[in-house]
Amino acid sequence: MEFPKGLRYSREHEWVLVEEDTATIGITDYAQEQLGDVVFVELPELDTQLIKDEPFSVVESVKAVSDIYAPVSGRVTEVNTELPHSPETVNEDPYGDAWLVQVELGDPEELDSLMTAEEYEQFIEEEQEGHDD
Amino acid sequence: MPKHTPLYNAHRALGARMIEFGGWQMPVHYSGILAEHRAVRAQVGLFDLSHMGEIEIRGPRALEVCQELFVTDVERARIAQAQYTLMCFPHGGIVDDVIVYCLAEDRYFLCVNAANTDTDYDWIVEYNDSRAEIINRSDAYALIALQGPQSQAVLCKLTALDLTQIRRYWSARGEIAGVSSLIARTGYTGEDGFELFIPADQAEHIWNACLEAGQDAELMPIGLGARDTLRLEAGYLLYGNDIDAETTPLEAGLQRLVRFEGGPSQGGPSQGGPFLGGSFVGREALHKQQVEGIKKQLVGIRMAGAGIPRQGYTIWDDAQQVGVVTSGTQSPMLGVGIALGYVPPLCADVGTQLSIVIRNRRVPATVVARPFYQAGK
Repeated sequence: MEFPKGLRYSREHEWVLVEEDTATIGITDYAQEQLGDVVFVELPELDTQLIKDEPFSVVESVKAVSDIYAPVSGRVTEVNTELPHSPETVNEDPYGDAWLVQVELGDPEELDSLMTAEEYEQFIEEEQEGHDD
Repeated sequence: MPKHTPLYNAHRALGARMIEFGGWQMPVHYSGILAEHRAVRAQVGLFDLSHMGEIEIRGPRALEVCQELFVTDVERARIAQAQYTLMCFPHGGIVDDVIVYCLAEDRYFLCVNAANTDTDYDWIVEYNDSRAEIINRSDAYALIALQGPQSQAVLCKLTALDLTQIRRYWSARGEIAGVSSLIARTGYTGEDGFELFIPADQAEHIWNACLEAGQDAELMPIGLGARDTLRLEAGYLLYGNDIDAETTPLEAGLQRLVRFEGGPSQGGPSQGGPFLGGSFVGREALHKQQVEGIKKQLVGIRMAGAGIPRQGYTIWDDAQQVGVVTSGTQSPMLGVGIALGYVPPLCADVGTQLSIVIRNRRVPATVVARPFYQAGK
């Protein structure tokens, strides 16, 4: 499982790539693996205001519907319009072509509440221990 | 604590993701639901169905008890023949949907839903009132299925039986990889295939023999995830979702199974036995419903727009809610959302335009004939 350095991670398994005041958002390798085969992605429209910790997108696997929670607040400036046409990209390239949206960061201090790659990897290990028998 | 099938360790070794289903720890997928689904449609898949229950009804009065418990005419089943049937409550609701195998004149073998095994057994024992011998054989048997167009080619490597002689919904007793088994040409995928009832302590041996025999055919182990999408594409019902104690065979579109006419003995294994007539538990209520008409009817629905229908989503006719989805998914073969649900008969004709509400949006959908997907088409 991959945890690219330089990204920030939320407890709801989203990743954030920050470049100046823009944040690119996607779901993590762990999240796509937990979901299984993704067959449907619903994204917000341009200019939607994301509010941290509130759902802004929906990803559906064959078995389940999952809300995607905003790891940061901000206005949507780019939407990955290719993704709903090839939802399997979420499984194949979660940190690359399967980015969901870009937002103009509303409150850069919110980034402090997100985890580093090392912290997120630790978090996943603990979560998995809880799942195992 | 959820129970483990005899193949639990085999699933873990294959890297399966496990979930709890019907009180059992079962594989939901190995490589992924879509790949597994496609393997069954194109080649062949191997399923552990050992969570299903097996109940035997034996003795000279076994047929009499079966005739009263099941809505079908069990007397018409010849030796080695299988019959898809239902048990109903007196009010007409469904206790369970089962396959009954006639193994001998005085021996009937039921394959029942995992979650219902104990309640079915109690129901049968109570109804039987000591006339026949009722044995819960669920722990003694493992059930392994081979499903898909290559099933016969794979299974024939493991048996001397001429499998071409076993027709759909018939069975035979024979050796699989040296183990005496009940081999049934049945399944829940819409494909050709076999279900193998085998001694529980031989499950791993036969499972591994199937995996090996299937290598050339690119056989894949299949979890419950793909089992569900396969059965839904094929239009098969799932007890607990699409049928239950609150739905009747008539509402579920299974009236073809129900024997309303008593009629004289049709022949079969019990010729010369007692006249069994048409009485079965629930008959009166079902007859009344047949005369008065049903108020809801199970239909197949295909989405006309983007969106995946799920269990519990509401079905609408214009501005009026008319029903609820009981099973739904994205069809891997058709690439669209498909669902089963109950609507009033007025909305049930094939071609009727309805809509399903998905996250507060009404997505257009059409009533279609089942199966949604047919093998070989």
